Amino acid sequence: MSETMSMNWPAVRAIYRFEMGRFWRTAGQSILAPVISTTLYFVVFGAAIGSRVSAVDDVPYGLFIVPGLIMLSLLTQSISNASFGIYFPRFAGTIYEILSAPISPLEVVLGFVGAAASKSILIGLIILATSALFVPLRIDHPVWMIGFLLLTAVTFSLFGFVIGLWADGFEKLQLVPLLVVTPLTFLGGSFYAISMLPPFWHAVSLINPVVYLISAFRWAFFGKADVSIAISLGMTALFLVICLGLVTYIFRTGYRLKS
Amino acid sequence: MPIISISKLSKTYTSGFTALSGIDLAIERGEIFALLGPNGAGKSTLINIVCGIVTPSSGTVTVDGHDIAADYRAARRAIGLVPQELTTDAFETVLNTVSFSRGLFGLRPDPAHIERILRALSLWDKRDSRLMTLSGGMKRRVLIAKALSHEPRVLFLDEPTAGVDVELRQDMWRLVRDLRQQGVTVILTTHYIEEAEEMADRIGVIRRGQIILVEEKAALMRKLGRKQLTLQLQAPIPAVPPELSDYELALAGDGRELIYTYDTRAERTGITGLLTGLAAAGIQFSDLHTEQSSLEDIFVGLVREGETRA
Ligand SMILES: Nc1ncnc2c1ncn2[C@@H]1O[C@H](COP(=O)(O)OP(=O)(O)OP(=O)(O)O)[C@@H](O)[C@H]1O
Ligand SMILES: [Mg+2]
Repeated sequence: MSETMSMNWPAVRAIYRFEMGRFWRTAGQSILAPVISTTLYFVVFGAAIGSRVSAVDDVPYGLFIVPGLIMLSLLTQSISNASFGIYFPRFAGTIYEILSAPISPLEVVLGFVGAAASKSILIGLIILATSALFVPLRIDHPVWMIGFLLLTAVTFSLFGFVIGLWADGFEKLQLVPLLVVTPLTFLGGSFYAISMLPPFWHAVSLINPVVYLISAFRWAFFGKADVSIAISLGMTALFLVICLGLVTYIFRTGYRLKS
Repeated sequence: MPIISISKLSKTYTSGFTALSGIDLAIERGEIFALLGPNGAGKSTLINIVCGIVTPSSGTVTVDGHDIAADYRAARRAIGLVPQELTTDAFETVLNTVSFSRGLFGLRPDPAHIERILRALSLWDKRDSRLMTLSGGMKRRVLIAKALSHEPRVLFLDEPTAGVDVELRQDMWRLVRDLRQQGVTVILTTHYIEEAEEMADRIGVIRRGQIILVEEKAALMRKLGRKQLTLQLQAPIPAVPPELSDYELALAGDGRELIYTYDTRAERTGITGLLTGLAAAGIQFSDLHTEQSSLEDIFVGLVREGETRA
């Protein structure tokens, strides 16, 4: 049976390259935007606030916000790239070609999610490089740092993919990132350690999944975390599994893909 | 073995609308099959099920012996689809989008093959143009190029000539014939009867989700062909004489023409009787000619007939 036939790698590559094509076509914009926004964050947060908050856990404030800044972009970029990537062909009708090609759902996901994750990782690295212009970087656990970068990008690209399949209009496409993800990220300790919060808000923060991501990522940089790394990893893995389950369900049933 | 076998295929959309009910159809290897039917008959639904875009409610389809669900990779690999809607990636170039299609079907890049296709479709000069800068007819050609990029054994053309000018239509027909020469099976849907008449080996008529007829084109023309006998009268007459009312004659050309429609299938055409009757009524004619009715008339007749019965 062809279900067990070897993977259709040329198709994965075709989708991946097609999706990356959009990124490179607008390379100027794709690269300039994160550079500018990072610079702005450094000007506003680093200079304005950093001059009052000198250090968090012995880490200078300007340096302290670097992991949070990267996470902020990683989450929003992963979700918006992946959701737009699959929503657009559905909207334009070009999805017919994907549906009628000899491709398994796994290959479709690899192509789209792989490209979305690649783009957001690239942007994350651009932000890291831009930060180096403002503060002397320090990364205690570089391998873990890359590991978290990958895991987060893949997980949230998968989440974006689910949103792109579920959305039946451009408003819905933007709804989840705008109403859920951005607030959670801002409240997730991008610009402060949650230990700085009063006890009540500290407790509330712990139900915010983004807290675990940022905490773990910050640990990879400075060796200090708000919550344990094991819990962070577990939470991220759990979310990854949930997204995988949703994608599998969608392809099994053809929900929002086939009539 | 037919290249496509469709058995007891039905489709009810989630809206509750039944677009196909109990379709049985076999497409022979290497033939050109035209699927004719009025708007909403279910032509696109049928094609989209075979291609994997729409899920059937029940029934089975095999393509070259491969079940479209259980063995979808092998089944789809054999198929090229040119959809009814002109959907293209606006920002892509012609060459990229066609190469992309080939990749999707799991084939290694083959620039020579792509170049051949683009040249055959007069798209080579446009290979670096973005799709949004192309005209509708050129976009249609791009969709055909995409479908041919992976060297399919079966090509579906869902209304390939809708909104296409005469020249492109001729080009397309030539292309379809070339493909048949190479052994490709072509299934096309159309509203243009002359397309089916000119192109197809066999014709299927679908109406309200049911196949009401499948026939060799020639046999269909013979079997259902009606002929018209037109008589040019020497002098105009004000009305058809009552004694000739049985022939259901039509008066045309300001009373100078009598038109008699008869069925070539009938044992007696009634022509002899008519001529005798005319002589008896003192009507003289100066000339006469007969005309075979077109497939269009047959088709319209068939669909009407079905409707009055339904
Ligand atoms: N996604 C859908 N949901 C509900 N009904 C649908 C859907 N797609 C098609 N239909 C209905 O199914 C019927 C058959 O549609 P289909 O597109 O197969 O017709 P067609 O023969 O291709 O018509 P046309 O010649 O206009 O292209 C139509 O009545 C149509 O409204
Ligand atoms: Mg149609």
